Amino acid sequence: MSLAAEILIAALLVIGGIFTLVGSWGLARLPSLMTRLHGPTKATTVGVGACLIASMIYFPASGQAWSAHELLITIFLLLTAPISANMIAKAHLHRQGHSIDPNPADGIVSGLPAPPGGGDWATFEGAAAGPAKLPALLKD
Amino acid sequence: MTGSLLSWALAFALACISLAILLSLFRLVRGPTMGDRILAVDTLTINVIALIILFGIAEATTTYFESALLLAMVAFVATVAYCKFLLRGDIVE
Repeated sequence: MSLAAEILIAALLVIGGIFTLVGSWGLARLPSLMTRLHGPTKATTVGVGACLIASMIYFPASGQAWSAHELLITIFLLLTAPISANMIAKAHLHRQGHSIDPNPADGIVSGLPAPPGGGDWATFEGAAAGPAKLPALLKD
Repeated sequence: MTGSLLSWALAFALACISLAILLSLFRLVRGPTMGDRILAVDTLTINVIALIILFGIAEATTTYFESALLLAMVAFVATVAYCKFLLRGDIVE
């Protein structure tokens, strides 16, 4: 392996490790869920992406066959991180709006204003025209 | 095969990701709301994917990429299913 490839791989590994650590540190350190979402969705994705790119450079540089797996994992993580963050935020907003295990640090305990279409925030009926019918489990 | 620079960087990244896993575990145990715990599990899985990739580099084998890919897919589906359950009280309606 050439020295340039080794330096590049080492730099990518260090960047990946630092960003992953910063993302999880934000998850542990920040005060409420809506702020905690920032760390894992942005910093951790960059960190894992850097590790995967380092691996993608390492195997051809050390004489082994190139495989598309790393690229697949990178693309998959980049596609799914915003979707799962959005789902978590929606579920959290729904539960806070209904005062289910409220967290005072969020500042959304006192009840949200009603959405324009009637229904409920962050659920499918929130966008519908008429008032929504919630399932019995979530009605309280 | 690995030079000293690469093995140093690999050890540093492994230490960082192990610490990141501990921090996510702290949030998983501590997290006051359900959303915090789902987020902690999601982060934990992404950190484990990075750990598997680094282990693959350290062992110079490509065998572990399939497990990392599967873990990425299962983690995404699990997160969406948890959130769906919290939102609607059901997973498949």
